[in-house]
Amino acid sequence: MTLETLAITVLWTFLYGYLIVASIDFGAGFFSFYCKVTRRDHIVNAIIERYLSPVWEVTNVFLIFFIVGLIGFFPDTAYYYGTALLVPGSLFLVLQSLRGSFYAFAHYGARDSMAYLFIYGVTGLFIPASLATILTISEGGFIETQGEEIVLNTGRLFTSPYAWAVVALALVSVLYISASFLTYYADRARDAAAVKLLRSYAVAWSLPTIFASFLVFLSIHRHNPQHFDKMMEISWMFLLSFACFCGALALQLKRRYYGWAFVLVMLQFAFAFFGYGIAHLPYLLYPYITITDSINSPAMSTALVIALIAGLFLLIPSLILLLRLFLFDATYVEGRPVRK
Amino acid sequence: MELDNTMLARILTSLTLGFHIIFAALGVGIPVMISIAEWLGIRRNDPMYTLMARRWVKGFTVTVAVGVVTGTCISLQLSLLWPSFMKIAGEAIALPLFLETFAFFFEAIFLGIYLYTWDRFANPYVHWFFSIPVVIGSTASAFFIMTVNAFMNAPQGFTLQNGAIVDIQPLVAMFNPATPTKAGHMILSSYAASAFVLAAIAAWKLLKGSRHEYYRKALTFTIGLALLFSFGTALWGDLAGKYLAEYQPAKLAAAEWHFETRPRAELVVGGVLDPETLEVKNALKLPYVLSILATGSPNGTVTGLDQIPRELWPPLFIHYLFDGMVAIGVYMLIVPLLYFAVRRWKKGEVPRLLLRAIVLGAPLAFLAIELGWIFSEIGRQPWILVGYMKTQHAATTADNVGQMLVLFGLLYAFLAVVCTLVLRRMFANKPVEAEWK
Repeated sequence: MTLETLAITVLWTFLYGYLIVASIDFGAGFFSFYCKVTRRDHIVNAIIERYLSPVWEVTNVFLIFFIVGLIGFFPDTAYYYGTALLVPGSLFLVLQSLRGSFYAFAHYGARDSMAYLFIYGVTGLFIPASLATILTISEGGFIETQGEEIVLNTGRLFTSPYAWAVVALALVSVLYISASFLTYYADRARDAAAVKLLRSYAVAWSLPTIFASFLVFLSIHRHNPQHFDKMMEISWMFLLSFACFCGALALQLKRRYYGWAFVLVMLQFAFAFFGYGIAHLPYLLYPYITITDSINSPAMSTALVIALIAGLFLLIPSLILLLRLFLFDATYVEGRPVRK
Repeated sequence: MELDNTMLARILTSLTLGFHIIFAALGVGIPVMISIAEWLGIRRNDPMYTLMARRWVKGFTVTVAVGVVTGTCISLQLSLLWPSFMKIAGEAIALPLFLETFAFFFEAIFLGIYLYTWDRFANPYVHWFFSIPVVIGSTASAFFIMTVNAFMNAPQGFTLQNGAIVDIQPLVAMFNPATPTKAGHMILSSYAASAFVLAAIAAWKLLKGSRHEYYRKALTFTIGLALLFSFGTALWGDLAGKYLAEYQPAKLAAAEWHFETRPRAELVVGGVLDPETLEVKNALKLPYVLSILATGSPNGTVTGLDQIPRELWPPLFIHYLFDGMVAIGVYMLIVPLLYFAVRRWKKGEVPRLLLRAIVLGAPLAFLAIELGWIFSEIGRQPWILVGYMKTQHAATTADNVGQMLVLFGLLYAFLAVVCTLVLRRMFANKPVEAEWK
């Protein structure tokens, strides 16, 4: 495996990790707002808070890690995306800042404020939509170079059916992933009322998710046929993804094995996400940046890879510890005092 | 001043950094105080120190959240506002940026664990132990990010070929001459400022009439740490001055209004400069002192601005910033010394005037950090990469920078207001008297 393939694989894995943990977080924010509006917040809030409290900061780092790594290994991305994305990137930052700070503020008094819950819930949907737009831009056709200048053609972006299909997919999959996970978590906490409510959300968002996936699949055919052809070459990955989806839905409908159902949901998105990513290569921004435009200093790339491996040795055990303490500890999950 | 893209990008970057640095310094310093307090609580079997740690943690959670989100802003703004800089220099600073993310990740994981496992372990040292990775993570990320800034001040470890940076030696670039003084000075001043904030809270409560033992203990503990770290900051600041004299003489000469290269240079304290004639009025001039500070010898020669082409001079107003920072640094040393002197020779109550001086120390400490940073950053103008790339060639070419400036200004104002309200409410509702059983 070449160095740049290794780098993009690790980074893509981190982006996938972000996709899962952030979806849980974003969806949870929306559900707690929605439950507040429909006066059902007492059913789910305890569950959501118990899970999110220790992990919210970690969620954020997954994304920063991806961005810093991408710019580190492929400096050209900073130049193109950085210039073109000033406005959407800044809007994303503002939303992300409101949301991130909310979590700490809410913990200490603002929790009952409807306005703040509204911001929390709504930013949870806008952020994935704005991030998904960057994936859309990477398909090409939206960034133009005019002489020395790099310009994002927003008009074309807003009227592109492909862009809207991606946004729709981002929104519904956030809700679907989140509901599937929270159902599992509530089930572990033996909270029957929360399971019932969250499971109904998971089932409700499953069909829109798969529908939106097909929509993206089809619209990519019109937008970037070359990418579509490459996706067809590895169509088995997308078929496996669909099979996982069916399995997860079946388990949820049968009301059992919610843990396995969530694993299948993760696999469904893993196959689709990596299938999409593999077919996207070698382009990082079609047609301007490919992965061969990576760093040209051998000493730096070696140093980065060493840092990457050493860092993973530090991070993975720490993450496992975090999960063991808060996710796989039955007494904590059930909300009883833990003493060891 | 022309409000072109470069100027707007500079204003927005300084707005973000100026706001972020407050929370970043607290994020680096407060965990140290919390960790020591919890350790003392276990070690001396004194639950009052444990209560300090617990109360500080609550406030810390709020400030750390703002620190995280504003840190996210600056890390992305680096590419959004300075894409041309990142295109050229991005590769040279990739390693420390990457390592900083790791340190931050590490800290985030263990902060979550630390915050939510207070009563979980029978052995109290297990919980205390989780504060260590938080301290290591926050200080390490400060160190790594400082190496990036140091590299911009003293770029090395690469060759410039047709406008591209090649043959990078990552460790040489990272451990450049500016790294040790910059990182040490910043980390210690963060510790000192954080200690002053916690001391100010205790002093404030005593001023308001609370006679609880908790506040007296907290005050002695935090003001002791403040003294220790202020002393360290001052020592390191002296090293930083010697670094400037050797590697960035333009910055030092501008800060000291030292126009003429010569030995036995005098230190200019205060004063007003006539920008036309370059005459200094009403300043206190201390003979030999600049030479001693810069070179360690009264006869040492200090490079003046006459050695530097006029168009490469940093703005001369940085003198005021530098003097302000140093004056506050002295204040941060004297106030704790007075406190301990009073405690030793005058038994009984601490005088109210001294308590007020301690309360004032907290905002002053942060003012000093801001002044120091503005001095350091303005002091390397016109360069963004000293000796290699000018700031005007690094800014984004995109439109709308002005609108983004307004947008972020509103965001930071909002965060500042809500953060203050939440912190006030948190502690007003739960005074120590209610928590101490």
